[in-house]
Amino acid sequence: MSKILRVNMTARTVAFEAVPEKYKEMGGRWITSNIVCDEVSPTCHPLGPGNKIVYAAGIVTGTAAPTSGRISIGGKSPLTGTIKETNSGGMAGQKLARLGIKAIVVEGQPAEKGDYWVLKVDKDGAELLPASNSWLGKGLYETYPLLFDEFGEKVAIIGIGIAGERLMANAGICVNDPENRPSRYAGRGGMGAVMGSKGLKAIIIDDAGDPPGVPIVNKELFDTGRKKLTEALLAHDITKPGGGLNTYGTAVLVNIINEAGGFPTFNFRDGRFTGAAKISGEMIHEICTKRGGVGTTGHGCSPGCVIRCSNVYPKPDGSELVSVQEYESVWSFGANCGIDDLDITGELIRLCNDYGLDTIEAGVTIAMAIEAGLAEFGDGAKAIALMHEIGNGTPLGHILGNGAAITTNVFGVVRCPTVKGQAIPAYDPRAIKGIGITYAISTMGADHTYGYTIAPEMLGVSGKVDQFDVDKVDMARNFQHATAFIDASGYCLFIAFAILDIPSGLAGMVETCSGVLGTDWTVDNIGIIGEEIIRKERAFNTAAGFTKAHDRLPEFMKHEELPPHNVVFDVPDETLDRVHSLQN
Amino acid sequence: MIKVEVRLYATLRKYRPELEVGEPLSLQLPEKIMVRQLLEEKLGIPATVVKIVFVNGRQREVDHSLAEGDRVAVFPPVGGG
Repeated sequence: MSKILRVNMTARTVAFEAVPEKYKEMGGRWITSNIVCDEVSPTCHPLGPGNKIVYAAGIVTGTAAPTSGRISIGGKSPLTGTIKETNSGGMAGQKLARLGIKAIVVEGQPAEKGDYWVLKVDKDGAELLPASNSWLGKGLYETYPLLFDEFGEKVAIIGIGIAGERLMANAGICVNDPENRPSRYAGRGGMGAVMGSKGLKAIIIDDAGDPPGVPIVNKELFDTGRKKLTEALLAHDITKPGGGLNTYGTAVLVNIINEAGGFPTFNFRDGRFTGAAKISGEMIHEICTKRGGVGTTGHGCSPGCVIRCSNVYPKPDGSELVSVQEYESVWSFGANCGIDDLDITGELIRLCNDYGLDTIEAGVTIAMAIEAGLAEFGDGAKAIALMHEIGNGTPLGHILGNGAAITTNVFGVVRCPTVKGQAIPAYDPRAIKGIGITYAISTMGADHTYGYTIAPEMLGVSGKVDQFDVDKVDMARNFQHATAFIDASGYCLFIAFAILDIPSGLAGMVETCSGVLGTDWTVDNIGIIGEEIIRKERAFNTAAGFTKAHDRLPEFMKHEELPPHNVVFDVPDETLDRVHSLQN
Repeated sequence: MIKVEVRLYATLRKYRPELEVGEPLSLQLPEKIMVRQLLEEKLGIPATVVKIVFVNGRQREVDHSLAEGDRVAVFPPVGGG
């Protein structure tokens, strides 16, 4: 039977509970957001004892469904003050699901700050173990191997780095990849600081010894759906083997967004970067091929993925620099900081993995430091030095480790590209309007994955729409609802490219969920469930003090023109408010 | 004649493998030539393998007519995030 594991860090107790009826069908973001809404006071301090952190695999995670290894992590965010769900690939989701654990809820906190524990979960139960001092205060490239030595090579580790231990608002949560690198992140929103505030250094998930697995109520329906979805993923040009994502990785977007004039450059001063090609997916692929050694594209971040969009990027001598050079990361540290060198972006990403930071927020924060005069655009060595400030825990490092908005406040920088305190990712909303609507009204601060309108606006997926058209309320809302459902399912969001274009794949995705749960959902349930998730999250934020005044982009984007199209963000406020006024 | 710059990306780079990533191809073309003619007659790229065409940073269809100084970028299906 599926169960909920409740861990109290004040009393240092662990207890398994039956899953309440109302949570029975839920997974991923659906259940993390519901538990947070049901159990966490919206006005609590995100790093105080009243906040909770919830870990949950998706509905189909742990089954043979393709590309479904996601784990969701939710709570109240110290970066945004809103509800937060951040999800990751890697090894943890499937193992957690196979242990029959629907969610882990961590609450309370130790009386002593700096008192750290490790939660070990296996088929026999769960226990809190004191964290060894040798696992604390150092980079994760050193810590993870020690943890694998202690607990075995086949466990999954959900852990925090130095940034999380120091309760920095840009601390992410790390999940190991199939080769046990500390390289996959539920990065956004500072949930690593929440985990740190609980005194929880890591969760060790050991699914050895014939765990219960994920029960499938209607195997026939599940298999039918799985086949249809797999066929869609293998057929679609973006998701198929040898397709765009598999060959070049997510950074294949660099050139297309740059050509569209929407690639934020020099802290959102330009929509084109002259060095874009040098940090593109095509260049990553070329370097991996030329340098050889460990260089790999088409790397999978979790077992059972048919897309495999990750990479292992080599140093000039062929040895490993980092996994993974992702679109968002090469942008945030690259174009946005004026850096056109993948060896530099790779080192900066490696430092994020090591210290336990979100790459988007970290790169945008470095750009804020540049605005503040602490470095120059294009100065990779100085950017690396600033990242070490975070790792070294200097006072400057604490400022930078708390993200872009805090940094701008400290240094009096006005051009701060954040929404609700979270950095805007790699699509300038002045040139691509729909994604601006997503950023503005997201329940979690600026987040492209909250409603990826880029698919029709840029990529010709699910039709083509004009990037400059401002009347995209229905499109934005529909994407948000569909995304919330995918975040509940445990599938990687990238299946969307295939299922938005191939109806049988979409139906198959729903059938796999219905097959696991024994429900009779149709594709109509995607919107219904997605809307319900967002309604719940909005209610939390409203109670936390958020209003439509917070559903706005940075002021400078309304009056500062973005080259080369020389456009401002001209979606009227009333349009932004309409996305939810029709819903609530 | 008009002069246009063309950039081929992702798998379409194989049609001009001598170019670096993002390196433009400068072409002299007849006036009012359509994107489709440029692709098929001048570059040997079947329009069916092309998903997205930008002309001066705006998405255009293959029946779009080109003008002096245009910057053309051509993509197969790509996606990421």
